[in-house]
Amino acid sequence: MASVKEMRTRIGSVKSTQKITKALQMVAAAKLRRAQSAAESARPYARSMANVIANLAAGVSGPSAPLLLAGTGKDQRHLIIVATSDRGLAGGFNSGIVRAAREKIAALLATGKDVKIITIGRKGRDQLKRQYGDRFLETFEVGIKPAGLALVKPISEKVLEMYRGGNFDVVTLIYSAFKSVVTQTPTVRQLIPALVEGSGKAAFYDYEPDEDTILEALLPQNISVQLLTALLENQAGFFASQMAAMDNATRNAGDMIKALTIQMNRTRQAQITKELIEIISGAAAV
Amino acid sequence: MADKILFDLVSPEKLLLSKSVDMVTVPGTEGYMGVMAGHASLVSTLRAGMIDMRDDDQDSRFFIRGGFVEINATKITVLAEEAIPFGELELATLDQRIVDAQEDEIAAKTDADRARAAQLVDDLKLVRAAF
Repeated sequence: MASVKEMRTRIGSVKSTQKITKALQMVAAAKLRRAQSAAESARPYARSMANVIANLAAGVSGPSAPLLLAGTGKDQRHLIIVATSDRGLAGGFNSGIVRAAREKIAALLATGKDVKIITIGRKGRDQLKRQYGDRFLETFEVGIKPAGLALVKPISEKVLEMYRGGNFDVVTLIYSAFKSVVTQTPTVRQLIPALVEGSGKAAFYDYEPDEDTILEALLPQNISVQLLTALLENQAGFFASQMAAMDNATRNAGDMIKALTIQMNRTRQAQITKELIEIISGAAAV
Repeated sequence: MADKILFDLVSPEKLLLSKSVDMVTVPGTEGYMGVMAGHASLVSTLRAGMIDMRDDDQDSRFFIRGGFVEINATKITVLAEEAIPFGELELATLDQRIVDAQEDEIAAKTDADRARAAQLVDDLKLVRAAF
């Protein structure tokens, strides 16, 4: 059995771990509030844009429809964009996204499709590298600054450039949707061809300058906005997940300290008793 | 009193404004247009410029850097790439946007991109001149 001194050091180290997890939890909680409001305030824009596109799409179809909306008409070459966080210590947050990505990739490969991957965030890159490293086209990092259009622009430009160059038929984005502080669900979302949501009723709109020009400007912007929304949701989800994970860790450390303290006290008491017996039996022998 | 129209101003970062107003003037690509309740349904691209909003004789202005507008009889939604209330707009910010746009113009890979950036520079300079 470990000596009292050893156990005391052990308790000390668990205590300092607990301090760290506690601090991380509080930092995550503070950052969560800001990230959550950022994610929520980005939603109206994305929603309005989806509405406008749905209305436009209802009116534009057939061979004249833009590539980004109609797609190439094939389903062979896929680009998967996996958005995770840069850092860990957030429970199953990143693993959940990566698992969804793996399933999607495996399903595509099983049906004989070509798959290429772009990762955003270090964790996704690290976890997918071993298995699918040869399929990586590019990897981006999230960075520490809050996600803004400036962060997303280079990524969406890259994707658009490759799509226009005829490298892909379908582009899919995988991220974690922020439902609430306790629920984040890994989500697979098709970016190109644009998914048209809503009823698609053809409201009679006038277009200025004309439908094609508007769609041409709107669809690339939509890609950026979808990416931005995904990153913002990711960030909020990450902090929520980290907060929960660190709360757990703090509690576990507390339990461990309690158990170790009891064990230490018992050992110490046993030692004292042993010494007393030795003294008493020594005295009795005289 | 005429009917009011619901005006939503959103940028990718946030919802800046959502209220019923008498009239909104937006900088459409083909000219400024005033929008009141009962307007014909319209979707238009917007250039960089000022949005004027009038409600019960109270005016407020916003600077936007391009975007889209969706109008129907009861609602006008402006999707701005960037929107700043006029009171918070500073000359330095505006100058920075002009420099950025000029850099984009130089870095543009296609003619369409270059033309768009050049247009943005011109529009921004107009806004600056009127500042």
